[in-house]
Amino acid sequence: MTAPQVEVLLQTLIAGILLGGLYALIGIGMTLIMGVMKIINLAHGELMMVAMYIAYWLFVLFHVDPYLSVLIAAPALFLLGVAIQKFLISPVLKVDSILPENQVILTVGIGMVLANLATLFFKSDYRSTPVDYATKAWYLSDYWKSSPVDLSLSYAWTISFLIAVFITILLWFFLTKTDTGKSIRAMSQDSEAALLMGVNVGRMRMITFGLGSALVGAAGCLFIPIYYLYPDLGGQFTLIAFVITILGGLGSTVGAIFGGVILGVFESLTATYIGMGWAPVGRFVIFIAVLIFLPGGVASLLRRRRLGR
Amino acid sequence: MKKYAPAVILALLALVPLVGFSSYSMHVLILVVMWSIIGMAWNLLGGYCGQVSFGHAAFFGVGAYTSGIIYYHLGWSAWWGLPLSVVVVTLFSLVIGYICLRLRGPYFALATLAVGVILRVTAENLDKFTQGDLGIMLKERTWVEKIWYYYIVLILAAGTFWIIRKVIRSKLGYYFVAIREDQDAAESLGIDTTLYKTIALCLSGVLTGFAGVFYMNYMGYIDPKVVFALHDISIVAIMVVMVGGVATYWGPAIGAVIMVLLAEFIRSMPKLGAAHQTLFGVLLIVIIIFLPNGIAGDIPKLKRLLRLKGTGS
Repeated sequence: MTAPQVEVLLQTLIAGILLGGLYALIGIGMTLIMGVMKIINLAHGELMMVAMYIAYWLFVLFHVDPYLSVLIAAPALFLLGVAIQKFLISPVLKVDSILPENQVILTVGIGMVLANLATLFFKSDYRSTPVDYATKAWYLSDYWKSSPVDLSLSYAWTISFLIAVFITILLWFFLTKTDTGKSIRAMSQDSEAALLMGVNVGRMRMITFGLGSALVGAAGCLFIPIYYLYPDLGGQFTLIAFVITILGGLGSTVGAIFGGVILGVFESLTATYIGMGWAPVGRFVIFIAVLIFLPGGVASLLRRRRLGR
Repeated sequence: MKKYAPAVILALLALVPLVGFSSYSMHVLILVVMWSIIGMAWNLLGGYCGQVSFGHAAFFGVGAYTSGIIYYHLGWSAWWGLPLSVVVVTLFSLVIGYICLRLRGPYFALATLAVGVILRVTAENLDKFTQGDLGIMLKERTWVEKIWYYYIVLILAAGTFWIIRKVIRSKLGYYFVAIREDQDAAESLGIDTTLYKTIALCLSGVLTGFAGVFYMNYMGYIDPKVVFALHDISIVAIMVVMVGGVATYWGPAIGAVIMVLLAEFIRSMPKLGAAHQTLFGVLLIVIIIFLPNGIAGDIPKLKRLLRLKGTGS
């Protein structure tokens, strides 16, 4: 490979990893909900869209930096998630019906309502937040004059990535060190045993749904400086989140991190070498390949290593 | 009396155009019948066999594109899509089944959703073959009068109804319900669940494909965003069944009437038009919370509610 080719490859990989970090945050939210509630939240992307609109309006009206609005949007989304769980999903859990997938279809309904309301209120214009650092970047040649390849690192992407990593670490502490976190993990292992051990299952479900929504809300705020915003963007991210959870292994948080990064890198590679329009297809090719060749996802590989097989 | 109900209803429906409806009413009627085909097909897989699909637009679109592509590339009549789509959709369903049927419950649902999106993006990008976003247009439709389309779709719907009733009343139907109720138990009783789930998927796919072929011929224009639409096809297919009645013979037809009329009504309201997804979403949420088995499935519950109201007042 010649130097320019190496440069393109490295640049693609970097872009992929940065994107992957953000994807991981979306995926973790979904996998938490999936692990504890055993349902797929098909309104996940729409919740992210809601958070992005919150961040957008905070920026436009009050000039709040999108990164600061994480502190407002994430709690707001937490409350929204708790409300959805309390008033919509938990009544359905009690209803007797032929199809067990009713809750999933319910989340589709919630997603439709959210996306459509956003279209009604904010029009289907494409919007972006014109933050001044959005177009700035670090260049490798500024620091290392004789470098054979020149790589650049966008400010906004890097900051978003670092915040995503920080949030993930915080979450890890929450899940492993606090009582609530431990209860959540217990529930995702066996919710009936957790109930017998005195875990308040109903409350934990609400907290988990809220937490999952807050995570994807934070991801939305991190996406807004580098992405554009329109009401129908949710569906696409719901699918991404789902592909990540399958890729990582259902209900596995660590798996979701790997899944996010793998997907980010893969998409970035397809976009560079095959064509922009095909990036979504690449996403699903990897998804189907995982279903066929590695049904348990990355988590099953990790588990196999641990068992020494 | 009950035995002859389908024949009587078919005869009545066949007589309906003689009343002399406007072209618009005929259009609505055709849509209702077409949607009841899709609903019945979805019901076979989702309601009876328990495999909830979020991607029936895939089968619809493959049917529509089969007929569109033989018209565009080979110059045949698009109606040849009807026999041809059986082969194409069956092969396609086998591939989908091989990949997706290893998943259960919600995971199957989402995998089919992904299939629908993959096909849409593929159809958009393979522009040599499918004309991409330009879509395929019939230069002229077979008939100007809508009545012939109405009879064709009615025959398709009657056939679908007959096939599904035949299947459900046979051994196959019992296998499907057994799989829905408890897949592991069904397997332990010696039912080859993968085989029967694949059969259900193929049947459901082919029937949905027919609706797609009809759509191509009737509307005369398709593009990937229309026929592989997630919200306007896949989700509406689910709603038709959820509203009408899961695992009932007449549920999808009832659901189709309600959904198509509702959609047309909302569209005719200038203020409400943009909000149609919100209203659909709210309807879906309300139905799931209060009538989880749909109108035809929860008739006892509805009766009880009405009686309670009657005695209360």
